[in-house]
Amino acid sequence: MYKVVIGLEVHCELKTNSKNFSGSKNDYSSIPNSNIAPVDLGFPGILPVVNKEAVKKALKMAIALNCKTPDEIIFDRKNYFYPDLPKGYQITQMHKPVGVDGYVMINVDGVDKKVLIHDTHLEEDTASLDHFGTYSLIDYNRSGIPLLETVTEPCLNSAKEAIAFLEALRSMFLYCGTSEARSDKGQMRCDVNISLMDENATELGTKVEMKNINSFNNVEKAIMYEIERQTEVLNSGGKVIQETRRYSDEDNCTYPMRSKVDAVDYKYFIEPNIAPVKVTDEFINEIKSEIPMLQYERINMYMDKYSLSRYDSTILVKEKEIADYFEKCIKEGSDPKLAANWIISIILGHLNKLEIGINDIYVTPKMLTELIKMVSENKISSKQGKEVLYKSLSDEKDPTDIVNELGISQIADDGEIRKIVLEVIEEQPQAVQDVKNGRDRILDFLVGQVMKKTHGKANPSLASNLMKEEIEKR
Amino acid sequence: MIDELREKIDKKEVTSKQLFEEAKNKAKKYQEDYNCFVTILDEYMHENSTSKLDGIPYGLKDNFSTKGILTTGSSNILKDYVPVYDSTVYKKLKESGAVLVGKTVLDELAMGGTGTTGHTGIVRNPWDKTHMIGGSSAGSAASVALNIVPFSIGSDTGDSIRKPAAFGGVVGFKPTYGRISRYGLFGFASSLDHVGCFARCVKDIAYVTDIIKGQDEFDMTSLPDDNKIYSSTLENDIKGKKLFYIKEACDINLYKDSKDTELLETLKIFHENIDKLREIGFIVEEVEFGKELLDALYPTYMTISCAEATSNNANLTGIQFGPRGEGNSIEEIMFDARTKGFSELIKRRFILGSYILQKENQEKLFLNAGRVRRLVVNRMNELFKTYDGLIMPTSGGIAPKFGEKTDQLSDRYLILENHLVIGNFGGFPSISLPSGIVNKMPISINLTGRAMEDDLVLNMAYKIEEKLGYKGLLKEEYDV
Repeated sequence: MYKVVIGLEVHCELKTNSKNFSGSKNDYSSIPNSNIAPVDLGFPGILPVVNKEAVKKALKMAIALNCKTPDEIIFDRKNYFYPDLPKGYQITQMHKPVGVDGYVMINVDGVDKKVLIHDTHLEEDTASLDHFGTYSLIDYNRSGIPLLETVTEPCLNSAKEAIAFLEALRSMFLYCGTSEARSDKGQMRCDVNISLMDENATELGTKVEMKNINSFNNVEKAIMYEIERQTEVLNSGGKVIQETRRYSDEDNCTYPMRSKVDAVDYKYFIEPNIAPVKVTDEFINEIKSEIPMLQYERINMYMDKYSLSRYDSTILVKEKEIADYFEKCIKEGSDPKLAANWIISIILGHLNKLEIGINDIYVTPKMLTELIKMVSENKISSKQGKEVLYKSLSDEKDPTDIVNELGISQIADDGEIRKIVLEVIEEQPQAVQDVKNGRDRILDFLVGQVMKKTHGKANPSLASNLMKEEIEKR
Repeated sequence: MIDELREKIDKKEVTSKQLFEEAKNKAKKYQEDYNCFVTILDEYMHENSTSKLDGIPYGLKDNFSTKGILTTGSSNILKDYVPVYDSTVYKKLKESGAVLVGKTVLDELAMGGTGTTGHTGIVRNPWDKTHMIGGSSAGSAASVALNIVPFSIGSDTGDSIRKPAAFGGVVGFKPTYGRISRYGLFGFASSLDHVGCFARCVKDIAYVTDIIKGQDEFDMTSLPDDNKIYSSTLENDIKGKKLFYIKEACDINLYKDSKDTELLETLKIFHENIDKLREIGFIVEEVEFGKELLDALYPTYMTISCAEATSNNANLTGIQFGPRGEGNSIEEIMFDARTKGFSELIKRRFILGSYILQKENQEKLFLNAGRVRRLVVNRMNELFKTYDGLIMPTSGGIAPKFGEKTDQLSDRYLILENHLVIGNFGGFPSISLPSGIVNKMPISINLTGRAMEDDLVLNMAYKIEEKLGYKGLLKEEYDV
């Protein structure tokens, strides 16, 4: 058995109005080369102008990742020739990334783990290339879109941990509102570094890099494949070669791309066209104040403070909007456990069915809280409560109004039900006698009579309790 | 000069269209002999304005992006490139009513100081065709020296405005780094690149700079507006202003054994001029700058500029624009375009730059060059605590002849011919103006001032010009 060591480099496009260094729109467009400016095409004489919004969002992520932030923002050039890189260099950050030395907490199978972040830095995306038989087409719409690259230390030890980290990172982007982080749109892409070492070894094994994997699913599969491949190499007495490999999702294999000898020297140097911009404490504090409580912290809070299970907590925090909704219910006075149950068992199903967000539904946290109250105060049965909620969601009506309209609120008044119980006892002496003789099932019949008289509005358990009480008196 | 033309236009003695036609005809007339232009415009393009420059014709170096007008950088790799956007300088001049006559020849991609490497041929010196005009803003300098246009725009990375101005007997100025937007100027070495201008008198330089300066949202390194009108403070009193010159370059005793008569004559005139400046109230002192620093100027400049140039020109691959190369792979196609598109000199600089930036060399070469640059700037700023300006011979002689061998290792060539880069290292405003005639060729004096004090530099230069008496200098035959 070998110990698996994985490091990830995750690229994620930031959500901004304009591109990182030009005024053209940062927006997906199906028409190629429609969101472009001279800067994005690297025409002679162009100069980059830094997008403040992108810097702010990058810093926001750096802070969320518990990173140290720099005293000033500067950029570097990464020089290499490729047709998707119009300037012949990419503007990125090497000397002073927006964040260094951070960490992210993840939980895998109930065990907490601190994933160390080497750095996170702001750069620009490249153009996209489409290769055809004898020619290729370049779309510069993507050229210059702000990209945040987050690099972990080699501290992950399984595919499961890697995926947990990626999920955690994605949720941070969503919670912070810094990216849609959709891998299906190519907004989130991942490079995986993986090596194997003897259980007791102190030095890392030879690493293999896999570039540009475009879904979490494929990351997992690529890691599994590489673990298997490298294990075989090592078991047969061979040595793993340091190289870059390409993962193919067609056959779920990895293939060699280039060896270390061919590694490119990117000749990094500080971008001279961008004057350094000081990062003030004020600016950092402003950003900090805009970062909401994140997934990991919320899960812990729900478990500790509200006594929810990890399972339920995890479901609630999957989307920030749902977690916020849940917390608002509590603020409105809902019992946390009940609110969690109602949201998970009914509302989430409704959202999934209609493919809408929780902010799109008619039922507000206040309404849900009232509904929960009606049930817990026995004004309606929990079965009725469910029906009311479904109806409220579909008809877009206030649950309280539905209850009133249908006249289904229960008689939960002791005195009123007792009166009817006494009536029934009066009318059914034989049945009462049977109960007294131990025929418990007859009790249900008597309670049924109460329900009949109240047109089903009496609270059944209350009616049953009062019935027992009155019969026992006789 | 601009005041005269302005008056003629305002009095309706001449129309701006006539001025344009006249300039165009002159441009064409001199084109074969001197080769000032890559493109001479046929069409008169004029936007009405009330500025000083309204209706005034001018030349623009062919490394400024002009929408719809061929812009080649005097390189084969851009020989058919027509930009889709305007440089800020061109836009400002257009809005001020100035009329573009042509795009001027430069040393290929502004690299080089001879005016001989442009893809359309060499530029010759209007004072004597057997001499160079220098570069890289060769055509801009020559077009003003030939009196085709009253002013031209250039760019200056090491001395590319001030040197050819000196050799052509005209005034050349580059202001503080960031004073004029570089947006649309083809990048050579971004940290050293400056925009500036040529004219035949300091006042015209001030007029033009007043128009083209200012903060630009498209250039993050541009300075906030200083809200000054340079042409309005030229007459300010300069009595008591303190200047220094560098002993290690100007001390005549250093050249006791030299047989370079032009150098000796140039230095003699320089010292005579220094005395004249004292007569009008300047205090001028000799200062030992530090020989080690001075010897390092040229290699430091080469190291930084080649490194930045190799990166800045990496966009020239023939993919987005320019002649498409041939080959079976994308790499081969780019390789072919660059192999065919650049001259040997350019390729040599790119290879040097690439070597300098390599991981294993960066610390020793690129980063050390940056440190030396900082030391030079620190030394200047220290001297600027005492002095208002550095005054130097712009060059140690007259414009070299074509084919003349220059000895890069002599003191003259190490220091006297390379001190102008100090202005680029620190982004200091720096102006060269005619200061005498040697062997029927003009020589020049250079004044470099504190960063941000563009107004003072122009003010002092104006007074120096007045005293030396070469305002509006022209070789006689062009004075029509």
